[in-house]
Amino acid sequence: MRKIFPWLVVLFFATVPLWLHAQYYLNTLIVTGLFMLAAMSLNLLLGYTGQLNLGQVAFFGIGAYVSALTSLGFSITVFGFEITHDPWPPLIGILLGTVAAGLCGYVIGKLSFRVRGAYFVIVTISFAEVVRLVALNWVELTNGPLALPGIPPITLGFDWTGSITLWGKIGNYYVILFFIVLAYIIIKRLVESPFGRAMIALRENETLAMSLGINVTRYLVLAAVISGAIAGTAGCLYAHYIQIIDPMIFMFLNTVTMVIMVITGGKGTLAGPVVGGLIFGIVPVILRKYVGPEVQWILYGALMILIVFVLPEGVVPAVERWFERAAPSAEKKRGDAAAPSVGLEAGKGAR
Amino acid sequence: MGELPQHIVNSLIMGGTYALLGIGLTLIFGIMKIVNFAHGELYAFGAYMMYLFAGILGLNFFLSILFAVCAGMVLGAAIELLLLRSKRSADIDTTMLIMIGAWIVMQNAERMIWGGVAKSIPSPLPATPLVIGPVSVSWLRVLVLVIALALIGATYFLINRTKLGKAMRATFLDSNTAALMGINTGAIYTATFALGSSLAAAAGALLGPVFVVSPTMGDLAALKAFAIVILGGLGNITGATVGGFILAFAEEMGASYISSGYRDAMGFLIIIIVLLFRPTGLFARSERVG
Amino acid sequence: MTAPTSIAVVGTAAPVLRIDPVLKIDNVAVHFGGLIAISDMSFDVREGELVSLIGPNGAGKTTAFNVITGFHKPTRGQVTFKGVPLNGLKPHQVTALGLVRTFQRTSVFDKITVFENVLTGLHRRTSPRLFGTLLGLQTERRAEEALREEAWDVLKLVGIEAQADELGGSLPYGDQRLLGVALALATGASALLLDEPVSGMNASETARFVALLRNLRANGKTILLVEHDMPMVMGVSDRIVVLNYGRIIANGPPSAIQNDPDVIQAYLGKGVKHA
Repeated sequence: MRKIFPWLVVLFFATVPLWLHAQYYLNTLIVTGLFMLAAMSLNLLLGYTGQLNLGQVAFFGIGAYVSALTSLGFSITVFGFEITHDPWPPLIGILLGTVAAGLCGYVIGKLSFRVRGAYFVIVTISFAEVVRLVALNWVELTNGPLALPGIPPITLGFDWTGSITLWGKIGNYYVILFFIVLAYIIIKRLVESPFGRAMIALRENETLAMSLGINVTRYLVLAAVISGAIAGTAGCLYAHYIQIIDPMIFMFLNTVTMVIMVITGGKGTLAGPVVGGLIFGIVPVILRKYVGPEVQWILYGALMILIVFVLPEGVVPAVERWFERAAPSAEKKRGDAAAPSVGLEAGKGAR
Repeated sequence: MGELPQHIVNSLIMGGTYALLGIGLTLIFGIMKIVNFAHGELYAFGAYMMYLFAGILGLNFFLSILFAVCAGMVLGAAIELLLLRSKRSADIDTTMLIMIGAWIVMQNAERMIWGGVAKSIPSPLPATPLVIGPVSVSWLRVLVLVIALALIGATYFLINRTKLGKAMRATFLDSNTAALMGINTGAIYTATFALGSSLAAAAGALLGPVFVVSPTMGDLAALKAFAIVILGGLGNITGATVGGFILAFAEEMGASYISSGYRDAMGFLIIIIVLLFRPTGLFARSERVG
Repeated sequence: MTAPTSIAVVGTAAPVLRIDPVLKIDNVAVHFGGLIAISDMSFDVREGELVSLIGPNGAGKTTAFNVITGFHKPTRGQVTFKGVPLNGLKPHQVTALGLVRTFQRTSVFDKITVFENVLTGLHRRTSPRLFGTLLGLQTERRAEEALREEAWDVLKLVGIEAQADELGGSLPYGDQRLLGVALALATGASALLLDEPVSGMNASETARFVALLRNLRANGKTILLVEHDMPMVMGVSDRIVVLNYGRIIANGPPSAIQNDPDVIQAYLGKGVKHA
């Protein structure tokens, strides 16, 4: 059941465009999916290595800008040299945007090694703010506050195969669903491998982790690179879906949204950011009918505080525990049956 | 370089209020180990209170500043009692999340109450600037500097010369021992948060009339306060004072000699550079290892 | 618990069967500002030997321990393990040489299971490849299976396999210490440095731990024990090094240490000259 359940969820979401025809709701789901993807990337750092990166939006925005500029082309003068870039296909843009965000992740990962805790948090915010100010002020490249309009939508296929361009919502919906599934699998495989164990070890007890021979730097950097790359991909997809981006993309509130999704769903759980993402993607749609955006944000902030007080581990672990309590005998039996059998196998190996 | 004296005077004036912001934040961090993300909102709160008292109710300018500072103090104490008291033993990430939540609530409450349009606060001082040689500065800004310096002085007096200050310093050094010595550390935490908040509100009340008052004014203020505190070393009051002036100077220089668009980037560049090369801040004494 | 075979002959001078010392502490001094924590410390540990470093409270044991494990840089002198100076090595590099420490307080990962704890300890035994892992390749899965078997071996060696599914933090105190040792063993360490492992243990827990120590020694592990439980140390050690006020005041087999006047004075104080 545990293995099939995620696929059932994917199957369900794959059918959504078949019966949900309202463009408005489809748009909501797409944007929710993009933030969910970013939240998943944040969870890798916050949930598994324990580093609160409050500059996650920088990866997202850098991905968006790199991909947009790659596919739009630009012409700038740097130190007297004129650099001109002709438009490339969006898919290459997405690739480059992902790589660029991953490289920024590398820098942040290295940084987190020099500074920890409160300092790390502040450095990451500063990093995102500096990137935002560059996007705002480097008008020649980014158009500054006037935004980059006319970003081409994603085109799938090659010259020799024929291609489709994803102008509409349905195509984008499936692309994003695909990337969410891909990111989920990548993160799952990673955190359930020795890599993930090393990350969790450093979250739980760094000194002990080091004394066990775990090269803490390496795993932090690895987590930050992958986290940055996934957030970057989300940003790329955002740019090609919305087709216009401006420096507001780097808003700190976007990071806050990701953080809220992760801690509400449950940091350090695979399903956490997905559940949190759905809650904070869909709740606003309902709220919007009744209250203004200020009240909506006030409720967000209050909910965040409430979660810390009432459900500090998040929704997913709480629900899991509830299920375990509801069916304790089944769980227990399974656990008891599993342990000795593995033990016997191990016994054969031991002398 | 003929403009240099003007730049120096400008940065002195901004530096005074920056120092107030920084001292408030560094006190809270040093004593309570809380990264106060709502600090900028307390700054904005001070500015709005100033707008309420001086702009809407038409009270005396100086009285309004006093009221704004007191309002900041009350709000700070309320935040500490409501949100932080029960989480005192929680880790730094937990309180950080709480303060981010508080920040979002406060900022949007301001927007809801006052609207998104920026407000200006009338100043009772003459509009003609004070001109000394090559330097020209408005009377209002001079007043801001004087009051800021007075408040910095008062804070120093409070910390170094009063019983409360002594208890705060003891709690800063070692809260467990302080508690054993009979200091009511709970009360000290409330007092610290109230004091830090009132300083932020004071900075807002002082700069409100100089610039304009808007709901998002707190965002940059918070980040600048972080820059100042990091520059001076977390928990270091003198460091925060000097850091405030250094940040103001760096911004002034960045704005005039690089590009005015990068004025606000200076703080973040300072944060990044300081943390990379001297993570304990510029004024940290070398710590004993182990 | 059945007593494992032990070749330690308690109370007699340890026969010098083994060759060179593996762990050498040469003229180490540690100063904290004006405070001298260790003034001059030299001793060594031979391969397969169980040496205890003891001393009254405040003698500098923990500092000595931190220097030996590379967590502190000595002000002067150097520590070598298998001929490699440890100065400037990062903790994970020290571990890579086969020298692993346990911790007094936070010796296990609290929020993951005992089994996962040991898997984490086995980290150094794996060389996972990132792309293989992300692609879910068969080779990586098989490596993971092998690792799980190894984890069971370690748990059994230490004797806490029954608690495999419990959270590290929920174990009773004595078992946490055993798990701490299991973690160190999992790294494939040839030498273990144990920081006051039996402090706070009750008698039966201590007995169980001593049995484990004997077992490890019989398996050829080199062990340096920092401890102040004298009876336990006397019973288990090949040799004892006594530290007081930052300097070594005695170094020899338990029988000699027991009767050393300097040691007696260090432990009982100057007031009992005529004892």
